[in-house]
Amino acid sequence: MNDFLLVLVVITALSFDFTNGFHDTGNAMATSIATKALSPRVAVGLSAVLNLVGAFLSLTVAATIASGLVDTGIITLTVVASGLAGGIIWNLLTWLFGIPSSSSHALIGGVIGSTIAAAGGHAVQWHNLVAKVVVPAGLSPIVAALVAVTGTWLLYRISQNMTDGGRTHGFRIGQIGSASMVSLAHGTNDAQKTMGVITLALIVNKSIPATAGAPFWVILACGLAIAAGTYVGGWRVIRTLGKGLVEIEPPQGMAAESSSAAIILLSSHFGYSLSTTHVATGSIIGTGLGKKGAEVRWGVAGRMVTAWLLTLPAAGVVGAGAYALANAIGGTTGVMIETIILVAIAAAIYWRSRKTKVDHSNVNSEWTGGVAPSEPVGATPAPAAA
Amino acid sequence: MHHILAAAPAAPIPPWINLSALWQIVVLGLLAGAGLPALFAIGLRALALSRGNGPATGVDATAGGSSDQLFGGNPVGLIAGGICFLVVLGAIGWGIWQIWYLGHPH
Repeated sequence: MNDFLLVLVVITALSFDFTNGFHDTGNAMATSIATKALSPRVAVGLSAVLNLVGAFLSLTVAATIASGLVDTGIITLTVVASGLAGGIIWNLLTWLFGIPSSSSHALIGGVIGSTIAAAGGHAVQWHNLVAKVVVPAGLSPIVAALVAVTGTWLLYRISQNMTDGGRTHGFRIGQIGSASMVSLAHGTNDAQKTMGVITLALIVNKSIPATAGAPFWVILACGLAIAAGTYVGGWRVIRTLGKGLVEIEPPQGMAAESSSAAIILLSSHFGYSLSTTHVATGSIIGTGLGKKGAEVRWGVAGRMVTAWLLTLPAAGVVGAGAYALANAIGGTTGVMIETIILVAIAAAIYWRSRKTKVDHSNVNSEWTGGVAPSEPVGATPAPAAA
Repeated sequence: MHHILAAAPAAPIPPWINLSALWQIVVLGLLAGAGLPALFAIGLRALALSRGNGPATGVDATAGGSSDQLFGGNPVGLIAGGICFLVVLGAIGWGIWQIWYLGHPH
């Protein structure tokens, strides 16, 4: 038992949950912000509340993120802390570049990396990792794109005789509903991953029995952390998803979000804890393919897929490095120094992001080839971007 | 490889690809993820029907191309649209209830 170390791990886990929130706001709200169905600030507020509600919707956290993927017997608090550090750093780096990479993969990669560093490759259940994480990650964007293509085609087909104004108005309402469902699904899916990690840490520290579920304070804290992160809004990622991939109209937005919500919820029903990011990106690409004349920026999509492929190994390397450092110093001091370095790196990334700041005022400015906005913060969006 | 398998627990080893889950996710995904928004679109379309017996042209005929009005004035359209929206809302409500029900121990 080491309660100080435990507190440090819990704070790190909640910090990861916070980055999970702001990294993924765009999955639910990017299209609604891009089509102006919701103002940016209302969108992140609504999404935050629904993420919090979603965190309470389902409590089957018994299947923690680690069980089934690594040999939980060798997990220590240092392993958990180092894995979380890997996840946080990868999330922040991809956010800096505006790349919607998977928070779930960042977490899984980090924990696997620190586990390998602590106990060697045999502590990882490689077959389960491929069957439960890698294969679903490859298939989910394709399935989501297929559903979104179908939905987009149907929506344009059915509404072809409506006035442009009526169509825009109607599908904006539908978009708000479907984006709300994605937010709810995100809270249910992703907040539970951090709940699982904290519960694992509590079990490792023998603070709760091995068979216990997540205590109520863990559920509440994770829900609040992911909601707070969502409310802060990962504007850089929102910009890439809403403006960078495809120029989106309301029917496309509704088709994309409906597809995402359906695939995420169905997959978790079948026991696959998918990355909401992979699903949302697949849906958005699908909605570009389903509308005649719409353009998908494959260069942007290619950069994203590259980041997806890198996420597990890169977060793993950071997680392994963090463990090696903490272990070399040893004990609580090792984890403390690791945490201090983590905070310093996070601060440096945040400082770097200020140079090309994206927020609610310029998130929709015209896409000129990169996440760096075409207008500075506070500028009125150019009419051409509408 | 032997080394790795030895470390795995007694739990059944999942197949590389669970085809049975995959096709169910595809079919149900199409029904819920594309079918429900399509039903919503049919509802919008019905709601936009104009008064009179002419072909369904939305509010186009009466209000001009740029109107963003949703209701075209036809009571039958209103009822048909309302039914579509209720079915969509009902399906979503049922889905949320399912998640809640399955996600809490009984």
